[in-house]
Amino acid sequence: MTAHARTSSYNFAYLDEQTKRMIRRAILKAIAIPGYQVPFASREMPMPYGWGTGGVQVTAAILGPKDVLKVIDQGADDTTNAVSIRKFFQRVAGVETTTRTADATIIQTRHRIPEAPLKQGQVLVYQVPIPEPLRFLEPRETETRKMHALEEYGLMHVKLYEDIARNGHIATTYAYPVKVEGRYVMDPSPTPKFDNPKMHMSEALQLFGAGREKRIYALPPHTEVVSLDFEDHPFEVQRFDKPCALCGAERVYLDEVVLDDRGGNMFVCSDTDHCESRRAEGLRGALSGEVAP
Amino acid sequence: MTVAAAKIETLDRESAALPLLSVRSVTRTYGARIGCADVSFDIWPGEVLAVVGESGSGKTTLLNCISTRLEPTSGTISYRMRDGEMRDLYQLEEAERRVLLRTDWGFVHQNPADGLRMTVSAGANVGERLMAVGQRHYGRLRSTATDWLGRVEIDTERIDDQPRAFSGGMRQRLQIARNLVTAPRLVFMDEPTGGLDVSVQARLLDLLRGLVNDLGLAVIIVTHDLAVARLLSHRMLVMKDGRVVEHGLTDRLLDDPQAPYTQLLVSSILQV
Repeated sequence: MTAHARTSSYNFAYLDEQTKRMIRRAILKAIAIPGYQVPFASREMPMPYGWGTGGVQVTAAILGPKDVLKVIDQGADDTTNAVSIRKFFQRVAGVETTTRTADATIIQTRHRIPEAPLKQGQVLVYQVPIPEPLRFLEPRETETRKMHALEEYGLMHVKLYEDIARNGHIATTYAYPVKVEGRYVMDPSPTPKFDNPKMHMSEALQLFGAGREKRIYALPPHTEVVSLDFEDHPFEVQRFDKPCALCGAERVYLDEVVLDDRGGNMFVCSDTDHCESRRAEGLRGALSGEVAP
Repeated sequence: MTVAAAKIETLDRESAALPLLSVRSVTRTYGARIGCADVSFDIWPGEVLAVVGESGSGKTTLLNCISTRLEPTSGTISYRMRDGEMRDLYQLEEAERRVLLRTDWGFVHQNPADGLRMTVSAGANVGERLMAVGQRHYGRLRSTATDWLGRVEIDTERIDDQPRAFSGGMRQRLQIARNLVTAPRLVFMDEPTGGLDVSVQARLLDLLRGLVNDLGLAVIIVTHDLAVARLLSHRMLVMKDGRVVEHGLTDRLLDDPQAPYTQLLVSSILQV
């Protein structure tokens, strides 16, 4: 863990205090109505849309000087998006950063929920591209708002029906729609459906920020999150045949890594911190001897 | 006969005497222009009412007013809900109105693309209303969809095809199946045979007549085609310039038109 000198020409955590207040108000409302998309006056951030402008604004609004920040992109701490956002907050807030899930108080994520269970007091901030789960079925915003207000969610099942009709099973693997506390249908952002069960009754606070679409929504701790399904086609998470090739972990989400141009590949933990801490404990996978540094 | 059975019979008799939908002096103006003016009529369960007139006569405005798609400037429209109570449609909560629209009512558009989801399969189109009212069993949804495709004479092997791949006549039949799947009591049809060639039209009309009879539907059908009205409807409403010029049983009205405009309309039918 390292603390950093803050660039003093910016306000703490980049955004001005009025903006942070505005975002915090939106966050409070979102927490009060789990799963409901609260509009907010999203600001321009020094990064392109699609790179996490929503998540960054939420993080900036809740960040305090004593917080410890972890940023992951597809589960990894060392990819471009994660590194640049982490550096951004090092410069403008001077907060401590970490790659260890257990040490972090705020975890900003794109696509994954860490494998290690989150604890009370931790906050998970999601970067959301399209917050509206009904969007691809109903393009009119006026209509989708009405559908949320009147709890008309039949359309969501039309999408799942189409999946089964075309593929024989529900083929939606990410952004898998969930129902929150029996009320709002919510898009859990592009996380793999593997992570949907982790949202259910999580001890951590989960905040979702969509910068371009100007929406914030939230799951307070211990919120019921149920993935939609059919009675005869129940919700299932992805399963992998082999354990992680580096640390031997099972029942975790794996990424495929191509090894050569002859079809060789291996599957490794998508959560790099989880993989590294297991290897530090001496656990080894099938390929760790050849590939480990 | 037990007391309860006797009571049910009385209730049935009473409710048959009550109209399903009651329209009273409905007027809709577009600024100074009249859409429809002072239209009143009742429709009873199982009855087919045709609204005819030339284009611009206010047929579609009237239909939109009745089906809660366009609020009338004045007048009332009341509907007998499933519990037997007459309710003013524009006094209903929006949620109640939308439930009515997707369960107890159907709306068949002239252009099937307006009433169908063109990017999802035929099966999902038929199943959508069922899923909207809470059916969550894929197998049952699918067998209902298969059943309905059969009833509207669409090859059941095409259940997974999108309506984009269907002909105009098939799309229209699919739209009808999609509307009838929740067993509605009242169906609105806006020129359901418009834009179809004559042989397809004839087949569709035949199918519609069969379904209306079998299911005991009440139908309000808007058409400019008197032959459609003759085939399907029991009663007719002739409109001109937004007003009803004549109203009566279909056969009486077509065989012995009274109003000058109806006489003109009937005599304009081309004889082959």
